[in-house]
Amino acid sequence: MCLAVPGQIIELLDDGQARVDFTGVRRTVSVVFTPEAEPGDWVLIHVGFALATIDEDEAKATLDLLGEAIAAELAV
Amino acid sequence: MKYVDEYRDGRAAKAIAAELSTLVVPGSHVKLMEVCGGHTHAIYRHGLDALLPPEVELVHGPGCPVCVIPMGRVDDAISLAERPEVTLASFGDMLRVPGGRRRSLLEAKARGADVRIVYSPLDALALAVAEPEREVVFFGVGFETTAPAIALTLLHARREHVPNFSVFCNHVLIGPALRAILDSPETDIDGFVGPGHVSTVIGTRPYDFVCSEYHRPVVVAGFEPTDILQAVAMLLRQLRDGRAAVENEYGRVVRSEGNPAALAVLDEVFTVRDEFEWRGLGSIPHSGLRIADAFAYWDAERRFEVPGTRIEDPKACRCGDVLRGLAKPYECTVFGTACTPEQPLGTCMVSSEGACAAYYAYGRHRPHEKVHA
Repeated sequence: MCLAVPGQIIELLDDGQARVDFTGVRRTVSVVFTPEAEPGDWVLIHVGFALATIDEDEAKATLDLLGEAIAAELAV
Repeated sequence: MKYVDEYRDGRAAKAIAAELSTLVVPGSHVKLMEVCGGHTHAIYRHGLDALLPPEVELVHGPGCPVCVIPMGRVDDAISLAERPEVTLASFGDMLRVPGGRRRSLLEAKARGADVRIVYSPLDALALAVAEPEREVVFFGVGFETTAPAIALTLLHARREHVPNFSVFCNHVLIGPALRAILDSPETDIDGFVGPGHVSTVIGTRPYDFVCSEYHRPVVVAGFEPTDILQAVAMLLRQLRDGRAAVENEYGRVVRSEGNPAALAVLDEVFTVRDEFEWRGLGSIPHSGLRIADAFAYWDAERRFEVPGTRIEDPKACRCGDVLRGLAKPYECTVFGTACTPEQPLGTCMVSSEGACAAYYAYGRHRPHEKVHA
């Protein structure tokens, strides 16, 4: 039920809505809870509502940790 | 898909799994609860249980809103749907949940009730606008992840003066459920994989009490395989070091303060109930939401005669024990026999996030042989 998927904002529409692309599928969602989101930003969508803007730096930090884990494993 | 595929790197998963075995004392037993049903599903879908060291046991928590709805509330929804003037709308999962006498909303629909599946509560509001002669009731279920969407829909209903729309509110709160599990004398959980998407709304601070009062670590996690393995590693490190803190593995979407806009809307539209009945966990104080008095007009429980049905959980079904981490699905005698996804007896078999449905779908019909990574 708490399933949420990432999508990219294509354009902002009136009344707190936005057109969002989910790898090819487009849908209008509410961005009232992510007032900071701009076209091009990635947001996390749940039941037609963006709940969070995805933080590019934090996403990269997690990936860097994964890269380190792989490197450490290869070094063993 | 961006922000998904890169967190499914098999090499990274194996590397973290190799580290996990160095973080536990050989022969010890560490019991971790993944609170959210989305995590349960991901664990079995990706076979993560097979990557854990034999010392680590995962048990499955109450974070599946469909699973924790008591049968009486389902029967109440069916009685609303059976009113000739009512169109009852809800999320697809909710329609298959059996109430008393194994009747579901889907079965009520087959018998002629006007029941519709919607993707978003805003779609239910649009239905009310499009069909003004119908009384559209939205059957609202879900944790703090979903409740803001229903709250905003009610704000829209008021702004647009939609008279023929209302919400049957069954929203629940994760914090009081965690406290109920921690207070249960049978519970022996060492740490929690915290729910990811609930936390986008409430942030990480509402879990502080788990550490300060119960001295258990919490790590909020994302839903991809490396997210979950990383969270297990973070929990094991805390346990090894004797620490109990709230940590955040899912920083790309979870902020410690949560989502202020969503929290403000929740606060405006809902009030905390004195208590709410949970399947398997019984009545938990301050664990559910009701619609605030300012929005009473759109509250289905005040607009219609809702019977307030109370039904005991079925004796054969062990959903209650599964939801508290006391039993594995395959330990229930009706698992996979009288209770299957096609003909569910218990709610944990209905929702795709339910532990029983995950065990059934991914072939965990008996205790799993652990394989060392």
